[in-house]
Amino acid sequence: MPAEREVLLNEELAQDIYKMVVYSPRIARAARAGQFILLMVEDRGERVPMTLVDWDKERGTIEMAYQAVGATTVKMSMMKPGERLYYLAGPLGQPSRVKLFGRVVIVGGGVGIPAIYPIARELKRLGNYVVSIIGARTSTLITYEDRIREVSDEVHITTDDGSRGLKGYTVDALKRLLDSGERFDAAWAVGPALMMKSISEAAAGRIPVSYSSLNSLMVCGVGMCGACRITVGGQIKLTCVDGPEFDSYSISWNELAIRLRTYRKEEMISLETMRSVGRV
Amino acid sequence: MSKVGKRVQIRTRPPEERRRDFNEVELTLEPEEAMKEASRDIKYCVAPCTRGCPVGVEVPKFLKLTAEGNFKEAYLTLIQRTPVPSITGRVCQQEVQCEGSCVLRRAGEPIAVGAVERFVGDWALENNIEVPVSAEKKHKRVAVVGSGPAGIVVASDLARLGYDVTMFEAYHVPGGVLAYGIPEFRLPKRILNKEFDRLRSLGVDIQLGVVVGTTYTLKELLQDYNAVFLGVGAGRPMFLNVPGENYAGIYTANEFLTRVNLMKAYMFPEYDTPIHLGKRVAVIGAGNTAMDAARSALRLGSEVYIVYRRGRQEMTARAVEIEHAEEEGVKFMFWAAPAEFLSSDGTNVSAIRIMKLKPGEPDRSGRPRPVPTGETFDFEVDTVITAIGFYPNPLIPSHTPELKVDEKGRVVVDMEGRTSIPGVYAGGDIVTGESTVIEAMGWGRRVARAIDHDLSLKG
Ligand SMILES: Cc1cc2nc3c(=O)[nH]c(=O)nc-3n(C[C@H](O)[C@H](O)[C@H](O)COP(=O)(O)OP(=O)(O)OC[C@H]3O[C@@H](n4cnc5c(N)ncnc54)[C@H](O)[C@@H]3O)c2cc1C
Ligand SMILES: Cc1cc2nc3c(=O)[nH]c(=O)nc-3n(C[C@H](O)[C@H](O)[C@H](O)COP(=O)(O)OP(=O)(O)OC[C@H]3O[C@@H](n4cnc5c(N)ncnc54)[C@H](O)[C@@H]3O)c2cc1C
Ligand code: FES
Repeated sequence: MPAEREVLLNEELAQDIYKMVVYSPRIARAARAGQFILLMVEDRGERVPMTLVDWDKERGTIEMAYQAVGATTVKMSMMKPGERLYYLAGPLGQPSRVKLFGRVVIVGGGVGIPAIYPIARELKRLGNYVVSIIGARTSTLITYEDRIREVSDEVHITTDDGSRGLKGYTVDALKRLLDSGERFDAAWAVGPALMMKSISEAAAGRIPVSYSSLNSLMVCGVGMCGACRITVGGQIKLTCVDGPEFDSYSISWNELAIRLRTYRKEEMISLETMRSVGRV
Repeated sequence: MSKVGKRVQIRTRPPEERRRDFNEVELTLEPEEAMKEASRDIKYCVAPCTRGCPVGVEVPKFLKLTAEGNFKEAYLTLIQRTPVPSITGRVCQQEVQCEGSCVLRRAGEPIAVGAVERFVGDWALENNIEVPVSAEKKHKRVAVVGSGPAGIVVASDLARLGYDVTMFEAYHVPGGVLAYGIPEFRLPKRILNKEFDRLRSLGVDIQLGVVVGTTYTLKELLQDYNAVFLGVGAGRPMFLNVPGENYAGIYTANEFLTRVNLMKAYMFPEYDTPIHLGKRVAVIGAGNTAMDAARSALRLGSEVYIVYRRGRQEMTARAVEIEHAEEEGVKFMFWAAPAEFLSSDGTNVSAIRIMKLKPGEPDRSGRPRPVPTGETFDFEVDTVITAIGFYPNPLIPSHTPELKVDEKGRVVVDMEGRTSIPGVYAGGDIVTGESTVIEAMGWGRRVARAIDHDLSLKG
C-alpha cells in the first residue's frame, strides 16, 4: 500500500502543465467540487494551494493539475512516483454552491481548465445543461478536453493565436453565445484574474448567478493569517475559508490584482536561486 | 530594603548585538544564580504569589527546593501546576501574576520567579528528567485537536494516565502560537521541539495537516474516539476596517509572524517563503503580538514604529518585552490610530493617515477611552503590520452547528470544559477568547481531569 502523501503519478500533459496523483485517503473521502488542498514539497518549501481536480474514494487518491511556473511548482514537476510530499492538508475551502439551475456556462482558462472539470461534473450530475468554454494561448495548452467533454453538453474552445477553435479569449466565446440569444441561469469561471473579471463583466446583467474561483496568495489556508483577504460586497472575506468561490459581481477585482502583485520580485529570486543551486 | 538581598540581574544580550539576529535575548540563569535568587524567599511569607498565579503554582515550595539545590524535586513540584516551566518561565506575564503580588515588591524587588522557573525547566529538559507515567493502559482513545499550550497539556496529562492520544494539527509544525507566533528570540524552537519529543515518547500520535471540520468532521472523530478535546485557539485576525487596508504591503501580524517564524522567511531565498518589508514599518497595536512583530521587523533591518491608540501606561504586552523593544530601537507613537491607508502608486501602501486621539473617560477595562481629536496627519511608511487582536477560530463551529458558541464566537463550556456535545470538550483561547499561555495550560489540565473522570465513570 502506498504511504500517505505518496506521489503515484506525475506526468506532463502539455508544455509545463502537469498532472499529479497523490495517495491521501483522508482527503479523497472528504473532497467536494470547488475545494482545494495545500501542499509543501520539502521542509524549506512554501505552502502552496492547488485545486482538487479529481479524487477517488475507493483508491484513496487525489489529482491535481499545475503549471510549473515558480520555485514550488518546478520542484513538484521533478518529483517521481514513490516520493512523498512533505505536507498535505485538505480539503480546504467551501465546496461550489452547485444545484439544479437549468442552463449553466462554465469557463476555464489556461491552468484553470482542469479545475472546471469537477464543477462541471457535479453540475451535470444534478441535471443541468452544461456548456463549457475552455481557452488557452495555443491549442497544445488545452488540457482535460476529453474529460470535460464527458461531463458537458457543449464544449467551445478558444485560442489566442487561433490555432484551434475561436481565435480570441474565452470571453469572446461567451459574448458570442450571449449575443446569439443563448440564455444561462448561472456561470462559473476559473482562470487568471483578468479572465474571470472579463467574464464577470460580460455576464453582468445577463446571467443572474456568477461565481469565480479566486487564486489569492495564501499562507495558512485555514483562516488564521489574512494573506488571502479580499473585499467582497464591501466586507473583508478570507479566500481560504469563505471562498475560494465568490459571487463574481461582488468581488473587488482591482484589489485582487493589487494583492497578487505583492511578491513579484521575490518569486523571480526564488526561481533563480533554485535553478542556480539545483536544489530539490 | 537591602535586608532581603538584591534581585538577580538577568543576563541579557546587548541591544546592538541582539537587534540583528533571532537568537534568544535573555539567558537562562546559572545554577548558583538560581539558588541565590530562590533563597531570597522570606520565611513567613503567606505566598500571595500562589494566589497571583492563574494555575496556583506552589512558588515558595519550588523556590525552597531550588535554593537547596534540589532541582529535580523543584521541577516535579512545578509540573504539578505548570507542565512546561521552560515555556511559562519565558512567556508568562510575571509582573502582574506571581511577581506582581510578591511581598518583596513592596520591600524592594520581587523575586525573579519567572527566571528561576525557567532555569529549573531548562535544567530538567537538559537532564532528561522523566515524568511519572501510569503503567496501566486505559485502552481508551482521546483526540486532541490543536497543538497549542492547551492541547499540549491535555495530550501529555492523558497520555501519562494511560490513554491512547492522537493529536491533530492543521499546520505542518505543532505548537500553536508557540510555533507560529512567538519568535525564536523569545522562545527558542529547540525548547518546543523537546516538548514534542517528550509527547511522542509518551506515545502521543501527532498528525499534521489535518483540519478538523473538513478533513474529519467532529462527528466522525466521535465515532473513533471516546472523547475529543478542542484546543483550536483564537487565531482569526481582526481587521481595522478602514479604507485602503488591503493595499499590498499591509500584513496582519499573524501573516507576518507566520512567514518569519514558521516559514523562516528571514532565511529567504534559502527557504522558499518570502517576506517583503520596506525601510519604514508601522506596527498597529501594543500587545505581545505587536511587540513580537515590531522586534522581528527590526531584526530584518527596518526602522520600526509602534502606533498605539492609547498611552504608554496602557500597553498590554509583557513589561520586559516593551523594555527590550525600546532598547533595541523600536519607536513609539501614542494616542494615534490609522484612519486610512494611502498609496501613491495604487498598489503599495505609502502612508497612513493618522487620527490623533486623546484620553477620555475610563472604559470597561478601566483604562481611558481613546477619543478622536479630529486632527489627522499623514505618516509615510513602506509596510504596515496590524496587530489589533484575534477572534476565536470559527472553522469548527461553522462546520458543527450543534456546538454552542456565544456571541463572541467562544465555545460555551462548563467549569471543566464540557461543551454542548457529549464527549466533546474545549479549553484555552477557543473558550476564553485571546488570553495567555498559562491560562490555556490551566484549562488543559482541568479538562484532562474531567475527561479522565468522565471516561472512568463510563467504565
Ligand atoms: C485556491 C487556489 C487554487 C489553486 N489551484 C491551482 C492549480 O490547480 N494549479 C496551479 O497550477 N495553480 C493553482 N493555484 C495557484 C498556485 O497556488 C500558485 O501558482 C503557486 O503558488 C505557484 O507557486 P510557485 O512557487 O511555483 O510560483 P511562485 O514563485 O509563487 O510564482 C511564479 C509565478 O506565478 C504567479 N503566481 C503566483 N501565485 C499565483 C496565484 N495565486 N495566482 C496566479 N498567479 C500566481 C506569480 O506572479 C509568478 O509570475 C491555486 C491558487 C489558489 C489560491
Ligand atoms: C504573537 C503572539 C505572542 C504572544 N505572546 C504571549 C506571551 O508572551 N505570553 C502569554 O502568556 N501569551 C502570549 N500570547 C497568547 C498565547 O499564545 C495564547 O493565549 C495561547 O497560545 C493559547 O493557546 P491555545 O492552546 O488555546 O491555542 P493556540 O496556541 O492558538 O493553538 C491552537 C492550534 O490549533 C490549530 N488549529 C486551529 N484550528 C484547527 C482545526 N480545525 N484543526 C486542526 N488544528 C487546528 C492551530 O493551527 C493552532 O496550532 C501570544 C499570542 C500571540 C499571537
Ligand atoms: S491563507 Fe491564511 S487566512 Fe487565508
